[in-house]
Formats: sequence, structure tokens, C-alpha cells
Amino acid sequence: MNFKLNKIIPQLATLLAVILVFGFLTYNAQVNMDNRGIEFGFGFLTQESSFDVQFSLIDYDGSHSYARAYLVGLLNTLLVAFIGIILSTILGVIVGIARLSPNYLIERTAAWYVEFFRNIPLLLQIFFWYFAALRALPLPQDTEPMFGVFFLTIKGLFVPRFVWENLDIFFYSIIAAIISIVLIRNYARKLQENEGKQLPVFYISIGLFIILPLLTFLVGGVSLNFSIPELEQMSNTSFKYKGGLGIPPELIALTLALGLYTATFIAECVRAGIQGISKGQKEAAASIGLTPNQILKLVIMPQALRIIIPPTTNQYLNLTKNSSLAAAIAYPDLVLIFAGTALMQTGRAIEIVSITMLTYLSISLSISVLMNWYNKKIAIKEK
Amino acid sequence: MFKLIKQLTSFVAMVAVLFAFSTEAMAKKSKTLKNTQKKGFVRCGVSQGLPGFSNADAAGNWTGVDVDVCRAVAAAVLGDANKVKFTPLSAKERFTALTSGEIDILSRNTTWTLSRDADIGLTFVGVNFYDGQGFMVRKNSGYSSVNDFKDGISACTNLGTTTELNMRDFFNSKGISYEPVTFEKADEVVAAYDAGRCDTYTTDKSGLAAQRIKLSSPDDHVVLPETISKEPLGPVVRQGDSVWEDIVRWSLNVMIEAEEYGVNSANADSMKTSDNPAVKRLVGAEGELGAAFGLDNEWSLRIIKQVGNYGESYKRNIADTGILPDRGPNELWTKGGILYVPPAR
Repeated sequence: MNFKLNKIIPQLATLLAVILVFGFLTYNAQVNMDNRGIEFGFGFLTQESSFDVQFSLIDYDGSHSYARAYLVGLLNTLLVAFIGIILSTILGVIVGIARLSPNYLIERTAAWYVEFFRNIPLLLQIFFWYFAALRALPLPQDTEPMFGVFFLTIKGLFVPRFVWENLDIFFYSIIAAIISIVLIRNYARKLQENEGKQLPVFYISIGLFIILPLLTFLVGGVSLNFSIPELEQMSNTSFKYKGGLGIPPELIALTLALGLYTATFIAECVRAGIQGISKGQKEAAASIGLTPNQILKLVIMPQALRIIIPPTTNQYLNLTKNSSLAAAIAYPDLVLIFAGTALMQTGRAIEIVSITMLTYLSISLSISVLMNWYNKKIAIKEK
Repeated sequence: MFKLIKQLTSFVAMVAVLFAFSTEAMAKKSKTLKNTQKKGFVRCGVSQGLPGFSNADAAGNWTGVDVDVCRAVAAAVLGDANKVKFTPLSAKERFTALTSGEIDILSRNTTWTLSRDADIGLTFVGVNFYDGQGFMVRKNSGYSSVNDFKDGISACTNLGTTTELNMRDFFNSKGISYEPVTFEKADEVVAAYDAGRCDTYTTDKSGLAAQRIKLSSPDDHVVLPETISKEPLGPVVRQGDSVWEDIVRWSLNVMIEAEEYGVNSANADSMKTSDNPAVKRLVGAEGELGAAFGLDNEWSLRIIKQVGNYGESYKRNIADTGILPDRGPNELWTKGGILYVPPAR
């Protein structure tokens, strides 16, 4: 009993101290704000924002509320984080494995890439991709199309847009494909455990994933058309694209910079993970007759992942937080829209900055939870 | 009897205490003035570089009409126009810097609007430049008026300004869809517009004229004639210190009134013997105008001698630098403009 109390008292004291400090800070801020005639409250969130945003994933214009402007910024931040994480993971794994390649040229190229990109401040890289690379791109009217339908210009990348009919049926078919793939995988595992037979699960999965959706085109009445961007003249020298889908250059520059920068760190995580597996594992696997592919898939990777995942989680978090540098190049992320324009128009600095901080905290914690769950799943299970 | 004396003394004591408090309160009237005089410099928030308004040269010397307002206040309250500490602020940071007490005057081409004045703990003290939002385009673009703009036009501008709101009002009223590209810093707006990212660059016309100089070939660009908004720019102070507010307001007013009466930095001293009582008041030879702020009587003379009148400031910073040689609305009311200030008396 006494022992328990001894443990609890310091913790309670710490908690009390934290509460007191926060209480004092809040009180202090309140008094200062009162003195200067600043009100505190979140009522402004329902007011009309009356500013427009360049790029939004949901329907938005200035007649919507500040709360919706917040949502636009949040989604744009998540979009950059999502694309950036995928880009940096793919690139990071490739470069990480390339650094272990016996081929001198590949190994050196990868090493140079890592040393170069991870040692230049990220903000400079963002400016480089935006201003230097952007300036090199042609104006819309001088652009040669790639494959006849892609247009890369200083005003962005314009690609054909999908125009679907009966999209819902197509969507259901994909869900059906995923469910059947999961079922087949489970069946295949049981089959192997019970009877030692192996099914070519990979090829069956791919086949299902292609054939089921394809069927909907033939019999389900699903059809897909493309809206191809067309150049339209607005005046003597200004042009724009009509139709198609425009990807703003700010988004391209930002994801490129974030992806290339973070990939260098992930590459090092991957290299460390693979090098952390002792040579004996590989040799033992080879000695029982596993193919090189099987060795990588069944022996090396499951163990290497345990080393790779925790530091990679850190890199994902870094990437997400670094995406707030977007404001420098006009990409309308959470910081630019909400902690920028909305803060300026309402003057609600304390409210908006705390909402923004809490938002980044929540995003980071969600990524952490997800990665920790995955880490637990692949951790050594003692039986 | 004894009781009465006791009551009387306590009453006297109470009155004395009250009196002591009230004189204390009078002396304390302007906390900002007291702090400024204690520190020995005026803390002034300016832009990060807008030629003509507030711009630093290579040696770190600030010039511009906005800068001159702060210098005038320094001349009035400290006796030396050079005793100013300038803090360059982005549009986003400016109000927080003022309300949090980091600076005491915000003189950063800031538009006076109702919501800013009433909502966020600020007080606008006057207008030192009447401006309006306009558009800059490439000369060869064929746009000669905002009426030529078409759906899908992309417009570069600054974050956190009234510009963003005006732009929406304007394009909405015309029924034109547009792509707003908003940057945090003016230099990036200029760079992006210069590179061809945007068809037009929109901000206050004085800003357009000033930023045009920074483009790679300024002569290839032109500011369209239309003005789509009212942008009265002026100095701002924190709400709640009305004496400080008055000092800043009248430092600016004195500069404008001095021009009206033909008093300038060269002739200010000799004007002390003028026949016009209004002129004599301006140079401190008559009346006790400074006392109301807790300043001496030569405060306005120092402003005129050290900073000059409004016309001198405009000529030095905006006209002679080729930004806006024509004063337009920023001419005195007696010469066809709208500069009209209450009399300093």
C-alpha cells in the first residue's frame, strides 16, 4: 500500500504542476487579451470566409464558412502528405536497396543522391523545384503535348480527366475483387499449412483484380471517356486549358521536394534494416533450398522490417510536418489557408494557431498509431 | 467631539489618497509614451521592403512615407527623428506584433477597414496614403482594361491582405472564374508573376508601381487604369492608449498641415515670426499645443525640421524615385486632392 502511494504522489505532484502552469498561462493570456480589447471565441468559424482558394478537393468558394476553409486546408495538407509518403517510400526503398548493390555504379549513384539531397535545407529545395524548375517550363501556348494528351506547362500539369458512367458498379466490382482476394489468400494459407500445397496466389489476385472490373465494362454498362485538355486563348498572350484536370505546379513542386528529401532518410533506414540481418540467416535459408526471391520475401524482409519501421515512422511524421512549408510557394495547405489568410481576416491568432497545432498533433498521432499497429503486427511473436 | 475630529481626519486622508491616485493616473495616462521615453527609441513596424513606403537600403537605413510617420513621432517625443527601431513584418504578422506589444506603431501600408478597426484591438489614427487596388499585366497580353479579363484567368497576390477579399468581390461581380495564387512574401509574388505563372498581378496600385521596378523588364508590364477598391493606408496603434493614439495622429496631421501652410524643413525656424497665427502654432511660437500630450511646445517644429512636411516626404520617397510622380488623390484639398486634416489648434 505504502509502496503504491510512494509511486503515485510524485506523479500527482507533476500533474498538478502541469495544470497550474497551463492555468497560469491561460489566465495570463486572458487578462492580457482583456486589457487589449481582444475577444476570445470560436464563433468566427461559422462566418462567411469571403476569400477564394486556388485549389480545393471539396466544393469551396468565399461564400462558405471559415470552418469549411479549414477543411479545405486540412484535405490539401493530407493530400500532400499522402502523395509525399508514397513517393518517398517507393524511392527510399529502391535507393536503400541500391546502396547495397554489388554494382559499383548503382551503389555510388544512390550514395551521391542520398548525400546530396539530405544535406540541403528543405525550404531551399522547395524554392528550387518551384522557381528554378518552374521557370524552365514552357508557357501554355509553347507546350508540346506528351503522348498527345499530357501538357506540362508553367501553369501546371494538365491531364485527361476520367468521365465515368455507372461509376458505382465499377466501384462495387473492385470491392468484390478485394474481398475475394482476401478469401483466396486465407484459403491458400490453410491449404499450405494442412496439405503443403502451394497456390499461385499472386497471379490469381492480379487476375481477379483485372478481370472483375473489366467484366463491368462488358456487361455492367460501365463506360469511361476522357476529357482531354484543350488550349484556349484568353488574349494575345494569355492562354488556359479547357477540360481535363489541372494539377497546380505548386502541388507538383511541393510533393517532389518533400518526396526527394524524405526518401534519402528512408533509404538509410532501409539500408540499416537490411544490413542489420546477419549473413547467417541468408546462408541458412539458402541451405534449405529457398530461392533468392523466397529468401528476401520470407527470411530477410520480415526481420528487416522490424528494424526499418520505427525510424521510418519518424520520417513520415517529419514529412507531414514539413508540408507546412507550402505557404512559401503558394500551395493552399492548412497553414496558408487557415493559419494564414483566415487568421489575417479574423485576427483570431490564439484560436486559429491552437486549432492548427492540435490538427498537426492529431495527424501525427494518427500516423504514429497506424505505424505502431503495423510494427506490432510484424514484431516477433513469442509462442 | 473627538469622534468628529477622527472622522474629519479620515475623510481628509481619503481625499488625499484619492487625489494622489488621480494625479498618479494622469501622469500614467500614456504608458506607451512613458515606455518609449524610457527606452529612448520608438518601436515601429514596417514592411519587408516596399519602395517608396518602407524600404531599407544596403546599409540598413529605412526610407519611405510610412517610415517618415514613425520618424515624425520619434522627433516629437524623443527629439530625434533617427531614434526609431524598425521591425520588418509580413502582412500576416503585423497585427499580432502590434497587439502583443512588440511594436508601438504599425506603419506598414495597412488598409483601414471597419473590421480591423473594431475587431482586433487596433486603432487606426489616420490616412497617409490614399490607394486603390489595381491589376498589372504584360503589355503584349492585349488586356487594356479589366473588362477584357476572361474565365480562368490566374491572379498572383499576397497572403493576408484586403487584396484577397477585393479580388473575390471584383471577379464575382463580373461573373468571371479565376485562379488565386497567394504567396506569403511579396518577392515570391513578383518572381512567380515574372516567370509567367500568372496572367495578372493584383495589389494596391502604389504597390504595383513599386514592385514593377523589381521585374526583369519593367517596361514590358503595365498597370491597368481601373481601380477596384478603396485602400486608405495609414498608421495603426494598439487600442487603449488614447494619448499615444493622439500623438501619432497629430504627428501625421502636422506634416500635412505644414505643407498646407507652406512650412517646410528649410523655412520652419524663420516661420516663428510669421504673421499667421496658424503657422506660429505649427512651429510652436504660439499656444501650448504640446502640453495636451505631455510634450514640450516645439514637438511639431522638430517634426517639420527633421522629417519635413508631407509634400517633402512624398517627393523624396515616391515622386523622385519614379514610383508615382503624379500625386493624384494624395494632393492637398486646396490643390484638387483629398488630403484634408483637422486644424492643429
